Amino acid sequence: MSGEHAPSTPVAADKASLLTPFNIVTGLIVFVGLILTLLRFTKGLAGVTNLSDNNPWGIWISFDLLCGVALAAGGYTTSAACYVFGLKRYHSAVRPAILTAFLGYALVVFALHYDVGRPWRLPYPIFYSPGPTSVLFEVGLCVFLYLNVLFLEWTPSALEWLGLKKWRNVMVKMTLALTIFGVVLSTMHQSSLGALFLIAPSKLHPLWYSSYLPVFFFISSIAAGLSMVIFEGTLSHRYLHDKMDEHYLSAHDQVHLGFGRGAAVVLVIYFFLKLVGLALDNTWHYLLTGYGAMYSLELLGFVALPALLYAVGVREKNLKIIRWAAVLTVLGIVLNRFNVSWFAFNWQLPAAERYFPSWMEVAVSIYIVTVGLLLFRFIATRMPIFHEHPDFKEAEPEEEPHAHETRPHPQSFGH
Amino acid sequence: MQRRQFLGLLGATAATAVLGKAAQAGPKHFTGYPDSFGVLFDATRCIGCRRCEAGCNRVNHLPAPPRPFDDLSVLDTRRRTDARTFTVVNRYPTARGPVYRKNQCQHCLEPACASSCFVAAYAKTPQGAVIWDEKVCVGCRYCMIACPFDIPTFEYANPWSPKIMKCHLCHPHLTAGKLRVPGCVGACPTEALVYGRRADLIREARQRFHLFPGRYLDHIYGEHEMGGTNWLYISGVPFSQIGLREDLGVTPAPEFTSGALAAVPIIAAAWPALLLGIYAISQAKDKAARQEKREALTEALARAQAKCEAELAKVKAKAEADKKAAIEREVKKALEEAAKAQAAKEEGE
Repeated sequence: MSGEHAPSTPVAADKASLLTPFNIVTGLIVFVGLILTLLRFTKGLAGVTNLSDNNPWGIWISFDLLCGVALAAGGYTTSAACYVFGLKRYHSAVRPAILTAFLGYALVVFALHYDVGRPWRLPYPIFYSPGPTSVLFEVGLCVFLYLNVLFLEWTPSALEWLGLKKWRNVMVKMTLALTIFGVVLSTMHQSSLGALFLIAPSKLHPLWYSSYLPVFFFISSIAAGLSMVIFEGTLSHRYLHDKMDEHYLSAHDQVHLGFGRGAAVVLVIYFFLKLVGLALDNTWHYLLTGYGAMYSLELLGFVALPALLYAVGVREKNLKIIRWAAVLTVLGIVLNRFNVSWFAFNWQLPAAERYFPSWMEVAVSIYIVTVGLLLFRFIATRMPIFHEHPDFKEAEPEEEPHAHETRPHPQSFGH
Repeated sequence: MQRRQFLGLLGATAATAVLGKAAQAGPKHFTGYPDSFGVLFDATRCIGCRRCEAGCNRVNHLPAPPRPFDDLSVLDTRRRTDARTFTVVNRYPTARGPVYRKNQCQHCLEPACASSCFVAAYAKTPQGAVIWDEKVCVGCRYCMIACPFDIPTFEYANPWSPKIMKCHLCHPHLTAGKLRVPGCVGACPTEALVYGRRADLIREARQRFHLFPGRYLDHIYGEHEMGGTNWLYISGVPFSQIGLREDLGVTPAPEFTSGALAAVPIIAAAWPALLLGIYAISQAKDKAARQEKREALTEALARAQAKCEAELAKVKAKAEADKKAAIEREVKKALEEAAKAQAAKEEGE
């Protein structure tokens, strides 16, 4: 991205590389973000947000928490596919997905520091005063544990980069255990994010309120995770191409085809589950209202349509269609989370009392995403994420007839 | 360590879920702490004087409102509780003329706020009040999402120690002996508010229905709503006309999430086994595939070897034969030459 220019003299190159459009834009965003941070912690939430007593949760929850967690689901889906389901052809996708998930969850927690009233008390539910009757307790506990799991899953890249062979090998041995723990935790908190709203049937529109909310959130998170791997892989392919090795590049298209197939199946399941939800509560008649139009848009435009596109793309082996389907799915997940936590929440209130974010809330969310992007770039350009470290090549030996016998441990098939 | 702690916590959750379920599933259902106290509000007696608001403000040392309490023009707009106001009175135009209703925490028998709090900052006291503990609150505001009556409020303008603000039924003042009845009740000039044991209040309400036929609707709001509340309302006009939702149902809020929470330990227990099973199957499949490949390879190798050997033998045999023929040829040639030489010699002699 930066440093694309041909350097005439070293000094000129240094100067030029700092003033790329990318650096200017991200620098501005970070600058605004820091000012708003100051404002948030001097004037309180009232100084930067449009939150109110009727609308206690805004886009910092709708986007940063709910979408953040759902869109970081690529970590557990990819590592489960590769290490648990034994689909080793997706091996090259694991590290980028784990890194995205780790940064995603870290930023979710970071964003919560802006949203809650006393952020330094965030460890309280786990270490000081647990309230296990709360769905939010389960979310907090699982997110905390999963953030640790993701950190451990990510460490091999950092340890290879630092050349700490011994520790790296120790971490790699834990791959299977970490993956399984990660899937368990993800199942629990992805679904619990939906279960958060079960306690407020009088506030969430009946089309979205369902006792299946936890199931909907979990199933849709799988589609979100698979689609994010495709979406983000496409972006990385464009901008971080020089960091990718033969192994990653040769597997790239296969990963997208395979994940596209998986996403098509998951989206179809999700579509029919949503219909079952409508049937269970017999809320069909709401489909003819304004909220029904929104619901239909979400379900037809952002679930059924991408499912179809995925299916066609896989059948025709057309990666372009698959990538568009991934974009639609990601947008659909965002729309769904916004609907549940924002557009269809507090629908009983008069329009004047409804929530709309201030520009500062939006700016803080953009700032946090930008920080994530910068961290991702920093790590991906330095550590072995899109390529294998020359000292730790483990991708191919599967084909050698004797290779497996010399392996010390079944889990150590690379990370 | 971390894992064990996690499992311990899971165990606690499971126990809570199971016990909670068991308590609900039994033939007895929780009808609140016996002898807990509450307040009965009579909408036919309230005159909208806002003295209760002033009384509440005074005993709780809340900041002075923007407009004084004797300014009744505030009744022209609909108000809600906020971080400086635990209770408000609103005026509702109805077929029977304007009707006033006081709003504040309803002090649910099984409160949504307490159930939703992930640091257990809320408590339902045996005396009836739902109270909140500042010392552990993180300020996540999930209680405000959960409350079906939109009661808890938040100090949004407080950057470092924002508090949840809501009516506590004067619990601290009553237990300290500073008050005998809640501040609002003590300030009410028309006895629209009565403080007493919840069971007595329900009896009192029914008595009024009986004594004043036609004055009231035959319903005590809060007797069963959301599983029952310690604050009770009676009115001559439908409750939905005085800002009380009639679509809340009678299910206590904790029951909405108990099913989902009960599923958690099942996932924690079943998922690892399931995933390890899938892993084992995929490993076995891989192993079988590798084995097959190896066998096929060995077989192919053997076949190639055999073929090779056969070829070699054939070539060898041919070479042998050729060699033999060559020797024979040479011997024959030598013999012939010898015979020729013999003949020439005999001729010369």
